[in-house]
Amino acid sequence: MAVVLSAERLRCVRDHRCLFSNLSFQVSRGEILHLKGPNGAGKTTLLRGLVGLTTLVEGRIHWFPQDSSDDEKPNEKIWYIAHRPAVTLLQSPLENLRYSLTLHGIALPEADLWQALATVGLLGYEDVPSHQLSAGQQRRVGLARLFLPVEDQISIWVLDEPLTALDVSAVHQLKERILTFAGRGGAVIMTSHHGIDSDAVRSLDLEEAG
Amino acid sequence: MWQALVRWFHRWTSPKIFYQISRPWIFWSSVAAIAILAVALTWGLVFAPVERLQGNSYRIIFIHVPSAFLSQAIYLAIAIMGLVGLVWRIKLAFYAAKQCIPIGASMALLALVTGAIWGKPTWGTWWVWDARLTSMLVLLFLYLGLWALHNAMERQETGDRAAAILALVGVVNLPIIKFSVVWWNTLHQPATLKLTQAPPMHISMLIPFLMAIVGFYLAALAWGLSRTRLEILQREPNARWVREELDQLGSAR
Amino acid sequence: MTLTAVIQGIMRRELQLAFRRRAELLNPLLFFLIVVSLFPIGVTPELARLSEMAVGVLWVTALLANLLSLDLLFRSDFDDGSLEQQLMANVPASLLVLVKVVTHWLVTGLPLTLMSPMLSLMLALPSEAIPLLMLTLALGTLTLSLLGGIGAALTVGLRKGGLLLTVLIMPLFVPVIIFGTGAVSAFIDQLPWLGHLALLAAMVTGSLVLAPLVTVLALEIAVED
Repeated sequence: MAVVLSAERLRCVRDHRCLFSNLSFQVSRGEILHLKGPNGAGKTTLLRGLVGLTTLVEGRIHWFPQDSSDDEKPNEKIWYIAHRPAVTLLQSPLENLRYSLTLHGIALPEADLWQALATVGLLGYEDVPSHQLSAGQQRRVGLARLFLPVEDQISIWVLDEPLTALDVSAVHQLKERILTFAGRGGAVIMTSHHGIDSDAVRSLDLEEAG
Repeated sequence: MWQALVRWFHRWTSPKIFYQISRPWIFWSSVAAIAILAVALTWGLVFAPVERLQGNSYRIIFIHVPSAFLSQAIYLAIAIMGLVGLVWRIKLAFYAAKQCIPIGASMALLALVTGAIWGKPTWGTWWVWDARLTSMLVLLFLYLGLWALHNAMERQETGDRAAAILALVGVVNLPIIKFSVVWWNTLHQPATLKLTQAPPMHISMLIPFLMAIVGFYLAALAWGLSRTRLEILQREPNARWVREELDQLGSAR
Repeated sequence: MTLTAVIQGIMRRELQLAFRRRAELLNPLLFFLIVVSLFPIGVTPELARLSEMAVGVLWVTALLANLLSLDLLFRSDFDDGSLEQQLMANVPASLLVLVKVVTHWLVTGLPLTLMSPMLSLMLALPSEAIPLLMLTLALGTLTLSLLGGIGAALTVGLRKGGLLLTVLIMPLFVPVIIFGTGAVSAFIDQLPWLGHLALLAAMVTGSLVLAPLVTVLALEIAVED
């Protein structure tokens, strides 16, 4: 399968502490890379480095190495779900979702947005200001992005602890969704303390690798 | 070729090597500074002839002008070091830039105080909104801004880079500020007697004047180097050589 | 989606957010009104003397009002993580910053400008100078929003950035104050004033081009922390 990300000899030092060094890996289409390691192992930093929000000290990150066009920051093809959920509290779930799409330059029919919100169980809340929602519901607003039918434009998910603060059924639903996405040729790089069982999942332990 | 140059540059700017090289530099520049300043200031303050228009009060220029020069030069240096740090990610440049802030600020303050002391006998008041004094005041504000920004940041690395950006914005602005202040000043009150605009200086004034400038620069160099060395020790506490160095310093005492 | 549509979408969100924080929209205007009316109380009620300092008082107060509200320009987006998404967006981040700053000016600098005629009457500014005062204030507040954006980006990671922002940005703003007030004063004194105005316009243009780029750099540093 086509390689979408190749990382070579990454090294990261933060506040005089070496988080990882000489870290190399590849991610292909249809693959789920599960980053593991205890708290403070540098999982979040690595993800942020991959999407270009943090500069790692050394190493090379190459997205779509087989593409002839040299995409340095192919961010339009990535959904990045961070610790901070990127949910604006003064806006409704619908507005939040639409804004995320706008930033990626994607226009979708309204019905698709409603569908995604319905899938994560926010139907009936779509026009309520997000600060009136519970913490769990606010997380779902952020995660609703993953349920939008945009596989053509967005082929990579970078997910930082997407399964925390969700109830059991929501965890199950999101795992299913991640597997479906990978099954359709998407690539997922994620951190989680939950395990996902599938042939598509490959684990990378930062503690051992670094 | 370029690669080799970059590698050489990186090695030279490694904190450890800088720490070793700078020791003799500090010694010789401070010795030279003390010698030159002693001669220049004795000559300038005691032996140089009295000035025709301003009498003895002109003698303050032997301190005022060098400190004013230095405060501007140091701001420029901070901006350049900030740029070097941002572009090539050289930590040493950030360390030095940070430690130059108090030096530059104290030079600006010295220039302002000596300007005020000169103003009292000349204009009859301690403070006049003279163009040079005003832009020196703004420069002091810029220094204070850098200092405040550094102190506000929790992570030193963030403070380094944020202050570098501010210094770059400031250095672009500085000529505009000076230009605008001069214009504003000439519009509002043309001063008849300007500080540092003495008529062509007699050679017996010029020599100690130039010497004082050189002496100030050397003193600032020694000061900046020793502050940077301390900053290195403080910022890299985990490097083995730093620990050894600290042990040695401790046992020497 | 075309670039125009994206920019429209971004601008719509910024305006929406501004109007949902209505109380904060009003604060700069109240600040302007109250501080300006303190000057006659603190200095003198004599109109002749007030009119001498009217330009400076109006300018500096309007700038402070504008600057104090700038603190929030990136803060809420930084706190909830939207800023990270914006920096990763498909549009150039500097363009996004420019849209944000211009929106801020539309809801702060422009209202302050529109309010200035009323306050200039309270300070007995000659009424024929009012149009020029408004023009210079419009340009001045826009420049301040642009330069202040840099300061807001530098201090976005701090819990309280408001006062620090003023300390950082106001010294840089000396030339704009000089040429802005200079144009109006020269007009009142019947001296040539177009030169001042041209320089002011040049500074607006310069900061329109450069400030967003620097702001993005500062935001990237803040996000990286």
